[in-house]
Amino acid sequence: MKSVERILNPVKRIHGGIFLPHHKRTAELETVVMPPCERVFIPLSQHIGAPCTPVVKKGDKVFVGTLIGEASGFVSAPIHSSVSGTVASVKEYMQNGNPVMCVEIESDGEMKPDPDMKPFEVHKAEDIAAAAKACGLVGLGGAGFPAHVKLTPNKDAKIDTLVINAAECEPYLTSDYRECMENSEDVVEGVYLLKDILGLEKVVIAVENNKPKAIKKLFEIATDNRDVEDKVKLMRLPTSYPQGAEKVIIYSATGRVVPPGKLPSDVGCIVMNITSIGTLYRFIKTGMPLVAKRITVEGDAVNEPKNVIVPIGTPVKQVLEFVGGIDEETASLSAGGPMMGNPITDLDSVIEKRNNGILVMKQRKADTVTACIRCGRCAQSCPMRLTPAAVETAYNNQLSERYEALNVNICMECGSCSYVCPAKRPLTQIMRTVKAEMRRNKK
Amino acid sequence: MREKFIVASSPHIRHADTTNSIMLDVIIALCPAAIYGCILFGWRAVILLLSTVAAAVLSEFVWCKLTRKPNTIGDLSAVVTGLLLGMNLSSMLPFWMAMIGSVVAVIVVKQMFGGLGHNFANPAITARIVLLVSFPAAMTRYAHVFSKVDTVTSATPLAQSAEEAVGFTELFFGRHSGCIGETSAFLLLVGGVYLVLRRVISPIIPVSMIGSVALMALIFNENVELYVFGGGLMLGAIFMATDYTTSPTNPLGKLIFGVGCGLITFVIRKWSNLPEGVSYAILLMNILTPHINTLTKRKPFGVKEAAKK
Repeated sequence: MKSVERILNPVKRIHGGIFLPHHKRTAELETVVMPPCERVFIPLSQHIGAPCTPVVKKGDKVFVGTLIGEASGFVSAPIHSSVSGTVASVKEYMQNGNPVMCVEIESDGEMKPDPDMKPFEVHKAEDIAAAAKACGLVGLGGAGFPAHVKLTPNKDAKIDTLVINAAECEPYLTSDYRECMENSEDVVEGVYLLKDILGLEKVVIAVENNKPKAIKKLFEIATDNRDVEDKVKLMRLPTSYPQGAEKVIIYSATGRVVPPGKLPSDVGCIVMNITSIGTLYRFIKTGMPLVAKRITVEGDAVNEPKNVIVPIGTPVKQVLEFVGGIDEETASLSAGGPMMGNPITDLDSVIEKRNNGILVMKQRKADTVTACIRCGRCAQSCPMRLTPAAVETAYNNQLSERYEALNVNICMECGSCSYVCPAKRPLTQIMRTVKAEMRRNKK
Repeated sequence: MREKFIVASSPHIRHADTTNSIMLDVIIALCPAAIYGCILFGWRAVILLLSTVAAAVLSEFVWCKLTRKPNTIGDLSAVVTGLLLGMNLSSMLPFWMAMIGSVVAVIVVKQMFGGLGHNFANPAITARIVLLVSFPAAMTRYAHVFSKVDTVTSATPLAQSAEEAVGFTELFFGRHSGCIGETSAFLLLVGGVYLVLRRVISPIIPVSMIGSVALMALIFNENVELYVFGGGLMLGAIFMATDYTTSPTNPLGKLIFGVGCGLITFVIRKWSNLPEGVSYAILLMNILTPHINTLTKRKPFGVKEAAKK
């Protein structure tokens, strides 16, 4: 039996990092399951990569878990129906201002699972990637990168470490925390399955130290009797944003540095979100793909903040009604946490696989933007050791030849620079614009 | 429910610190020493501080009007400049000279180079040097402490002969003559600790600057107490050398900057015929700041590792 001292401390500490107010009010609230609403609109592109090709047409009968969109490339993830009912249409609907091909399904309210559903058999390493693909699994931390791509490394890359990301460093969000508290069984089974089948040297479950209950729960996984070779370890990360970012968590957990333009597999690592591993295991066990998502509905304009399990494709409006409505003074909404979440412009847009929260905020006092006072806080906070203020200067003066030397492309848009800036300059936004410009120039 | 929502690029939350709050913190930190200076040197000090602040703010206001730029006096940086300049002057200085100093600081040193965040030298320091070379006699006459008669002049502890020397308590708590705001090392340190605790400044520059002066004084067998607590070292090291715009941003750069300031201060004080060297030291290091920044540039994450392969 391993002792508590066996909880690891980070191998390396990343540069920068900022302290944010946690606002994790929903942490100890039991997740509630939202009943299906009348109709769902399931987008055929909920991931980074090629959109899916629809395999159903108007009038088709579907069940929960029925395949409705087939992956159309390697970097793509299939999409399944989240309710049982009839396909009403397959056409473009607006999602936050962008037209996206959606499958509209009229729910019969019964939530009948697909009768053809059966457990997915896994025997060898390749089967894990196949399972992830069949499950329609994407990075559930918010990026939405198809999971099977990560699990299919280059031939010469030797994967020896799996990092389970339970950091959940964004304020407000508690959906990963609830996964860990409520579905720890699936997480445990998933961890051991992956460790055995992929033949991993080490599994590090990394969680921020502001979640003592999760640490206790996860410690049970790490001390499971099956782990005779002591390969599964728990790591307590400092509560410093953005600990959960992929490159950051790899650095903290293993000390390995993912160079610009490289993938975690190039340094022998796979990073999986804790909800992803739970979902993957549930799929292998039952055959139920990713059709519903636990999301934290939070913010100062939400009447009853809580975690809700929502069928994919449910309009945001319905979710907000389900949690008791939102304040009259609601000024802005975003999908995801306050640091990296994308704005929701339209309450008719729907919940996607990669969503982990809806943040509903009242209007805050407008910031007074002043000239940069060169305090250097942006550079001090940047986990990638960039100098956002210098990028801003280059951008404002249209000196695009400087972008390369400033390494703007490794910016992960974590938002720390904008957050700390006392002059309230839109640094992260400029980094984003510059990155887009660099991509355009490359083409 | 409103029809339209605010759509903004993430992050959707911001830290409470603003340019304005940082400047306000600096003013708060300067207050104990400034108030003590007013008690020490009387009504003339009060008016002098008020006149430098007013002239600085007015200069900024007029400049913004003339150049048709948005009015920036609300960011309080002009108040900080005026206050710092006033605290660096003798209470005996004619008010009009002090006000010229403020105009030079704000218009010439700050605004002509592009305003807040664009000046290469600290406005208050540079203005003080301008005044020093323009009015050398008036700038080096100091009032006797607690004196009712303004015309009596005295030397700062640094320029005093052995007979006039003040004891450690007087030196540390500031019961001696000098510029309005520089006498009480104790109150300046209180202000410095406040700024460090509020995370407005990093302690690297003050500690390395004061430390290197102390170390040099020790090596050359000088009176360490006098070198550290006498003159403008505390005021300069804590409040002027830490100016964001004119000092390096990285910790290593700050260390180089602080040590550089300390060494130059010592060299001027010991071997030149000037009694005080803090202003010149900081100005010289201000000029080197862009180079120190280039020299201490951080390598972004993973770039070194990528180059190795």
